[in-house]
Amino acid sequence: MFKRKYWLVLALLFVMFIISACSEEGTETNTENEGEKETATATPAGPQEIRVRVNDDPDFLDPHRATASLSFQQILNMFEGLFLPQPDGSLTEGLAESYEVSEDGLTYTFKIRQGVKFHNGDPLTTDDVVYTFERLMGLNGGEKLSKNFDNVASIDAPDATTFVMTLKEPNSNFLYSLTALQSAILPKSNDGKHNENPIGTGPFAFAKYSPGTNLELKKNEEYWQEGLPYLDKVTFVYQSDDQAAVMNLLAGEVDLTGVPGHRVAEVEGSFNISHQNNNSSLIITFNEEKEPFNNLKVRQAINMAISKQDIIDSIFSGYATPQGSNMSPAMGDYYLDGLQDVYSFDVEKAKKLLAEAGYPDGFKTKITVSSHNDMYPNIAQIAVENLKQIGIDVEIETVEWGIWLERVYFGRDYEMTTIDLTGRPSAYEILNDYISTNDNENFFRFKNDEYDQVMADVLKETDREKQIEYYQRAQEILTEQATAVYIADYEILWGSKKNITGLKSYPFWFHDMKEVKFN
Amino acid sequence: MKRYAKNINLVVGSIIIFGFFLMMIVSFFYTPYDVTAMDIPNKLKAPNTEHIFGTDEFGRDIFSRILVGSQTAFVVGLLTVIIGVVFGVTIGGIAGFIGGWVDELFMRLMDALMAFPGIILALMLVAVFGPGIVNTSIALGIIAIPNIARVARSGFVQHKEAEYVMAARLIGVKPLKIMFKHILPNVSSQIIVAASIAFAIAMLAEAALSYLGLGVQPPDPSWGRMLKDAQAYLIGSPWYTYAPGGAITILVLGLYMLSNAIRDIMDPRSKA
Repeated sequence: MFKRKYWLVLALLFVMFIISACSEEGTETNTENEGEKETATATPAGPQEIRVRVNDDPDFLDPHRATASLSFQQILNMFEGLFLPQPDGSLTEGLAESYEVSEDGLTYTFKIRQGVKFHNGDPLTTDDVVYTFERLMGLNGGEKLSKNFDNVASIDAPDATTFVMTLKEPNSNFLYSLTALQSAILPKSNDGKHNENPIGTGPFAFAKYSPGTNLELKKNEEYWQEGLPYLDKVTFVYQSDDQAAVMNLLAGEVDLTGVPGHRVAEVEGSFNISHQNNNSSLIITFNEEKEPFNNLKVRQAINMAISKQDIIDSIFSGYATPQGSNMSPAMGDYYLDGLQDVYSFDVEKAKKLLAEAGYPDGFKTKITVSSHNDMYPNIAQIAVENLKQIGIDVEIETVEWGIWLERVYFGRDYEMTTIDLTGRPSAYEILNDYISTNDNENFFRFKNDEYDQVMADVLKETDREKQIEYYQRAQEILTEQATAVYIADYEILWGSKKNITGLKSYPFWFHDMKEVKFN
Repeated sequence: MKRYAKNINLVVGSIIIFGFFLMMIVSFFYTPYDVTAMDIPNKLKAPNTEHIFGTDEFGRDIFSRILVGSQTAFVVGLLTVIIGVVFGVTIGGIAGFIGGWVDELFMRLMDALMAFPGIILALMLVAVFGPGIVNTSIALGIIAIPNIARVARSGFVQHKEAEYVMAARLIGVKPLKIMFKHILPNVSSQIIVAASIAFAIAMLAEAALSYLGLGVQPPDPSWGRMLKDAQAYLIGSPWYTYAPGGAITILVLGLYMLSNAIRDIMDPRSKA
């Protein structure tokens, strides 16, 4: 009996202790709030801290080693290049204040912006710029980290504010390799520690990285663009499951996340939904070296038999733009409209083409897809169903992402597959996948002499209007040759809290937090 | 007979299993809709008179897919049990009957196999041999072996000293014949119980593997895969989860009830 009472008293005491502790905390926060109210006119209300959910960890924090789009989506907040990419796909001067190109297109002279400081307080000098390009090109003893500068003959810093690059051959696309995506400017003083303790000049500085959990960035107080950024802290939270992420958004645990199309209705009322043209090309493609895909008519028949609209409606709930070639409308002037209607859905015509190609009864084949995203097996299921109608019997083989990369993308041991080719800011980099000598990326085994010629010519062309003509011709060739079934550029839908403003969308993966703030 | 009719486990369990079995047989000849036929404008329709369980994200009839999914469930379950019983009884029987170091060796091997969490072992095997119905069944069969082997062994150990075995030995019956002709029928009840449990576990494991995307390959319907696909539409279209989730739950429940009933009937000590 005594024992029970003893416990009761202890429990009571414990409860009282908790209550008192709570009320103390309560009064503390109250005073803080009052303090904030007084200064509310000077700074926006609420803590300027954002939690952004992303699918996975970056592969590297070192911007010269990172390859995944997902990495740049996060780390581009810390780094800048000589040029800054813009939401419309153009470039603007970044760490280069101005630049000049010589008549022959070979010499690029940059004036380096003065008064820029790295996150560690060191001022940006031409030494750092030279160091950056030497590191990328493997000139200072390390391994070569980028192929983008193979065409560079020499780099030089004649005085404290000037940086000169000389090319071996003119390349009209060269400036696009000078953003933080390809050549983030890194401080020489941080050599050897770029991955553990990354330092750049971007609006946010590295604070802490907990692998598998989150990446924390803090405000760069001395950022060279006056008044920016607004946020004090940015946390990228890692969560691979799209469905659970929506729950987290609804529960207020994250402020910004991608929302699957079919769940927009749940989120729409209480959150802002912004649409981003992904600038990718979702394709079903073939190994063009193998029978029967080496036959143009077979490829055209498949193009006509697959219903893009079915895929768009069921996989993306309609949030996608149909394509006809490997270029998204997000690329503005470079995009050639109308190609999406060249192979309209027509089963009868597809059957006829297949018969002309010598396969009146169709054939058997296999589509190899990665299992890391349900999107791919689901697209394959629709394609299989569509192709059944013209007599092509397709078996689905789902493999793990690593095996897909090894066997399909690098090994080219496949018949059909489906994948989305991620967008790049430059039209050249999007279209160069199909150059027959680009052995790294041309997993289609596409070979077309005119295409190779067009892509070679465009690099020598300095006039933008003429460049556009070349790029558009390249897109036409891909459509004429039915190189792949170009399905769509699907939108990424971002759900964010209603009081967040300043979100920008780029034609590549980048969560730009520079102008984001809570109102 | 009356005694059996009172056994609720037996009655309900048999009805469930028989019902699903009938469903599977019917699905070979008839389904209301083609299981792979898509009708995208009619996707994610709630249950109605045309589609009694509604439609999935491609507008396919969920009821038809549940019917055909039962084939997958039974094929995987049966193959698993066959593999498990054939190898389990052989290994357990030899270990129990011969005893000594053979027993030690065989049973320690079984212990080692048991030490692996089943689903991890299955994942590993599927990763090595590739996904698909047959490979999934083989992987699950291997997992079922040690349990059945243990049950078989304990039965054989119990019976090998029995008088009828002694008598058979004395008149010169060959050991193999003693094992399989004389002892096996006496331990079959325990093995049947173990096998029916293995069947239920296999069905759940197949659902789990397919749920992870490694079991049955699309577009073949599997309850586990349907459940996985339905997860994305949990809030907007909850009925999509009810059908495969309900089918798995009810079939496994039926199997457990039946195996309980068999144990009760076969085991002379539990009659009281």
